Amino acid sequence: MNLKSLIAGAALSALATVAMADVKVGMITTLSGGGASLGIDVRDGFMLALKQSGRDDIEVIIEDDQRKPDVAVQIADRMIQAEDVDVLTGIIWSNLAMAVVPSATAQGKFYLSPNAGPSALAGKGCSPLYFNVAWQNDNLHEAAGAYANTAGYKNSFILAPNYPAGKDALTGYKRFFEGELAGEIYTKLGQTDYAAEIAQIRASGADSVFFFLPGGMGISFLKQYADSGVDIPLIGPAFSFDQGILQAVGDAALGVINTSQWSKDLDNPTNAAFVESFQAEYGRLPSLYASQGFDTANLLISAVEAADVSDTDAFRAALEAANFDSTRGKFRFNTNHHPIQDIYVREVVKEGDIYTNKVIGVAIEDRGDAYAAECQM
Amino acid sequence: MTFVLLAEQVLNGLQFGVMLFLMAAGLTLIFGVMGLINLAHGSLYMVGAFAAAATAAATGSFLLALAASLVAAAAAGALMELVVIRRLYGRDHLDQVLATFALILIFSEGTRWLFGSFPLYLDIPDALSGPVTLPFGIEYPRYRLAIIGIGLAVATALYLLITRTRIGIQIRAGEEDREMIAALGVDISRLYTLVFALGAALAGFAGALIGAIQSVQVGMGEPVLILAFVVIVIGGIGSVKGALVGSVLVGLTDTLGRALLPAVFGLFMEPSAATTVGASLASMAIYLLMAAVLILRPRGLYGSA
Repeated sequence: MNLKSLIAGAALSALATVAMADVKVGMITTLSGGGASLGIDVRDGFMLALKQSGRDDIEVIIEDDQRKPDVAVQIADRMIQAEDVDVLTGIIWSNLAMAVVPSATAQGKFYLSPNAGPSALAGKGCSPLYFNVAWQNDNLHEAAGAYANTAGYKNSFILAPNYPAGKDALTGYKRFFEGELAGEIYTKLGQTDYAAEIAQIRASGADSVFFFLPGGMGISFLKQYADSGVDIPLIGPAFSFDQGILQAVGDAALGVINTSQWSKDLDNPTNAAFVESFQAEYGRLPSLYASQGFDTANLLISAVEAADVSDTDAFRAALEAANFDSTRGKFRFNTNHHPIQDIYVREVVKEGDIYTNKVIGVAIEDRGDAYAAECQM
Repeated sequence: MTFVLLAEQVLNGLQFGVMLFLMAAGLTLIFGVMGLINLAHGSLYMVGAFAAAATAAATGSFLLALAASLVAAAAAGALMELVVIRRLYGRDHLDQVLATFALILIFSEGTRWLFGSFPLYLDIPDALSGPVTLPFGIEYPRYRLAIIGIGLAVATALYLLITRTRIGIQIRAGEEDREMIAALGVDISRLYTLVFALGAALAGFAGALIGAIQSVQVGMGEPVLILAFVVIVIGGIGSVKGALVGSVLVGLTDTLGRALLPAVFGLFMEPSAATTVGASLASMAIYLLMAAVLILRPRGLYGSA
């Protein structure tokens, strides 16, 4: 065989692999900048599930949105028009999801959300082609409010950053919490010093503090809170307590209660296998974002097994069936394509040298969301 | 609002201001002496914090971590000056902004490459952790008090350095007329490297001090950089005294604005609307302060005409 035919052969076999990949997935996620650890976890969880399935008929193109809505829109346009993907996924932030999802579904593409669940897409703006595999944004906060009731708290001080997801968070907490509010603060998005807020908490006479401060904001808050000598118990959603963040917070997080739809010690075989294989593959413990990426990929695989992606109605029905083993145990879709699932209460503990979470109870069972009734498909 | 709460908020504002001063002093010196706009000053803050976190993780000593932050940031600053900045003195400000912006990207991705995307752990030393009770029953974190003390000590040292030493005379002369001091036999390029390294060391030191109470992560310097620019515009570009006064003003305005404005609006609005409006206005407060200062004194409080 001469060189020319060798090249031709290689080209042909390359063509053949492309032709075999009959589902093309475009993943737009945050891989650089401040929020990169979330996107990396979603990507790693997603790719782990694909690898374990051993399928070669699903091709994934991954692009970094840099946490910028305009970049995300450009990537989505290119993926839809030039790459002709069948399914989009990956977006972490609600503002980016709002910029991309409505136009993608309008162009007939499926979108599986591994994280962002803005209320607009769960209610009036819902779409038959949009599925959220994580949660509706309010869910974990609602669970925190429900937990505060069972813990007997009567007077909460609540704070969140001044942006849409922050407002959703406080709304979600207040929807379930039955006590009084000792104070309500909106902080600046990206704020890193919370001395002023902690002073107000100290003076407020509250019996509990609910806070939603994702990423670096939560690290700063927790460290400063622990050092301030204020000992009012904290409650928060899992976003400030994922695996990456806990190691940076250290002892300051120990004993803090947080709510999550997933935890690494949830007792089901899928989850045990997931935690073990993720650790073996990447050398770190998975976060809830990784579990969401993993579940998203498994949902996709289950639908690919059941239906052809070019048959939109059949593929949608296959997704709606949610016929896959979730790391969360029970998992099904509501009428608005958002999960109905249990949300757990976790406590931060130290296992050896690693800070992690332990499930201590269920905050809400079979929770859908407050917007499903507004969704007309 | 009780007296104790107000006093605590004033201390918080002071601590924030002192921290800003460490950043702004270097920025204003570099601008004053070399006429250079250095957007990558925030990267040096990050370098200091990462050096401190890595050293603390390896040795367990906070003092060594602080020393490492000074050395690493000064070295990074000197290297930056020798390799890139030196070529920019003669160029106009737009070229400087472009090149130093590129440096931000290089430092950020370089740090991510070395340390990964996940935030690092750096904690307050045991001797300084926990609250301390001040007169009038004010409970205040010991570490923040220490930051105020350290910051004021650095300000004093910097003042003495600039007013009382030979190198200080050269720095002041460099601000006035760089051709003339070169003609008088001062090695101007060595002086520039030195000033740049000094500014970098202060930024790195601030990063290490603050890293212990915030998160040590890629991109942590840029929000502080923006505030430091506001400070030097208010204080007057090139003036270290202006940087100190500007920092404390910005620190107090920001902290007290966040603490008081929502309460003020709460007097005549319903609570949740008051917190939203108050929070929005509080985040504008320092820019309103800057605008007011610029209207009254276009060159800043201590800017030379």
